[in-house]
Amino acid sequence: MSDVTRAEVAIAAVADLFRDDGEIVASPMGAVPSWGAKLARATFAPDLMLSDGQAYLVDADGVVEGWQPFRRMLDTIVPHGRRHVVMGANQIDRYGNQNISAIGDHARPTKQLLGVRGAPGNTVNHRTSYWVPRHSTRVFVEAVDVVAGVGYDNAAKAGPAAQRHHDVHRVVTNLGVFDFGGPDHAMRAVALHPGVDPGDVSAATGFPVDCAGADTTRLPGAEELRLIRDVLDPDGLRDREVPA
Amino acid sequence: MGDKRTTVDDAVADLRDGMTIGIGGWGSRRKPMSVVRAILRSPVKDLTVVSYGGPDVGLLCAAGKVRRVVFGFVTLDSIPFDPHFGRARETASVEVTEYDEGMFLLALQAATQRLPFLPTRAGLGSDVPRLSPQLRTVTSPYADGEELLAVPAQPLDVAFVHLNRADQRGNAQYLGPDPYADDLFCLAAEKRFVSTEQVVSTSELTELGPVQSLVVNRSMVDGVIESPGGAHFTTAAPDYGRDEMFQKHYVDSAKDPDAWPSFVDRFLSGDEAAYQREVRAFSGVAA
Repeated sequence: MSDVTRAEVAIAAVADLFRDDGEIVASPMGAVPSWGAKLARATFAPDLMLSDGQAYLVDADGVVEGWQPFRRMLDTIVPHGRRHVVMGANQIDRYGNQNISAIGDHARPTKQLLGVRGAPGNTVNHRTSYWVPRHSTRVFVEAVDVVAGVGYDNAAKAGPAAQRHHDVHRVVTNLGVFDFGGPDHAMRAVALHPGVDPGDVSAATGFPVDCAGADTTRLPGAEELRLIRDVLDPDGLRDREVPA
Repeated sequence: MGDKRTTVDDAVADLRDGMTIGIGGWGSRRKPMSVVRAILRSPVKDLTVVSYGGPDVGLLCAAGKVRRVVFGFVTLDSIPFDPHFGRARETASVEVTEYDEGMFLLALQAATQRLPFLPTRAGLGSDVPRLSPQLRTVTSPYADGEELLAVPAQPLDVAFVHLNRADQRGNAQYLGPDPYADDLFCLAAEKRFVSTEQVVSTSELTELGPVQSLVVNRSMVDGVIESPGGAHFTTAAPDYGRDEMFQKHYVDSAKDPDAWPSFVDRFLSGDEAAYQREVRAFSGVAA
């Protein structure tokens, strides 16, 4: 399997986020998270529920199995908690705070982004993971400019109601897989992708990351590669999403 | 049996400086864009705009109509950011109340239920309360004792929504996959306007779609505006999808301060019929 690309390793790593999730709604934002969720459903997580990106829940064959308009998402599915979202992030800090709102001073940002969107509600209601295609010191910063997704320190400060269902699970990047299992819930490496060493992570992260316990990310198996290459992304867009 | 039919310009003539207006739809989806274009033509200013934001917010900001935006996001969906809203924020020319998407929904729901607030977990621990220091928490009186965010009601002076079909009395129907929150915008507002692709007889509404698609009823509507193509360039599925080529032209023009005046001259300086004519010409030329 020496021809497995970094993008394919990353997609399988995203798929692994959904292991043991059971019959919940997976909400992957973006191409690699979507491929990962579909790969998980096609292999080890057949009970996962996935939306078409609009208002329908669709099964693996594209058959509509449910209705999930935006309002139901916000007033039922998110607060009910049987959901695992994989969001993008313009910034993430050591304790898992995430920013998709704006860069700079919120009163007069240097760059307006999306706004906080559903990130505050997602992060205090159900499992949340992040996908970062270009692991860099611009993304992994000492402190995010606007807390959209709630990290462990801010959940603790906000009290038991914020912590009760708070569960920032993993960050998958083009360099590796990370969680918040370090001291005081600091980000640490769970696995580094084949060919990545701790120095690469250190150089691309704006705060210290413990890589001591990191494994090497698994390679996708033959069936997974077939699904990625022939079914999920036959046009090979993944190599543009993920730098090698 | 009231005939509530009116025109975009008459509907917008009711607006006064400083009003709080709600705009239905979601991002670049089923936005009452012909109403937005009419507001651009009107002298009104200093509006507080409450919206799941898309190009409605961008255009109103560009025209200097907006004092404050109450929002959870502003996006064009297929294009992540609206350049006009970005510029308005980056020059601090508008104030904002930035909510989580679910908080935004609760603010409308509290208004529709005539409650002062509704509690939620969403927003706790995030910068939403820091950026809106008027927000307060509320403690559960029950054994759990949880301290939750109390989202204040967001009443509206005027609501504008765009639905696929309506009768002249204001019963209105969506025919696409998602109703968004258009019924809540109407229920939260003092004055309510539905623009629609087509005004039909009441009996046709249930022939066109299931009764569940009638999300707005006549007690929730003061004015009905027949406006074919009225959501352009956002989607109004199944009548039409988003005009991606035109949206890209909007974004390219909006990004370039030198290009924007010619976009305004061509598309936004005449009435709605002139807009629709120019859009057809644009599509013909570009196709």
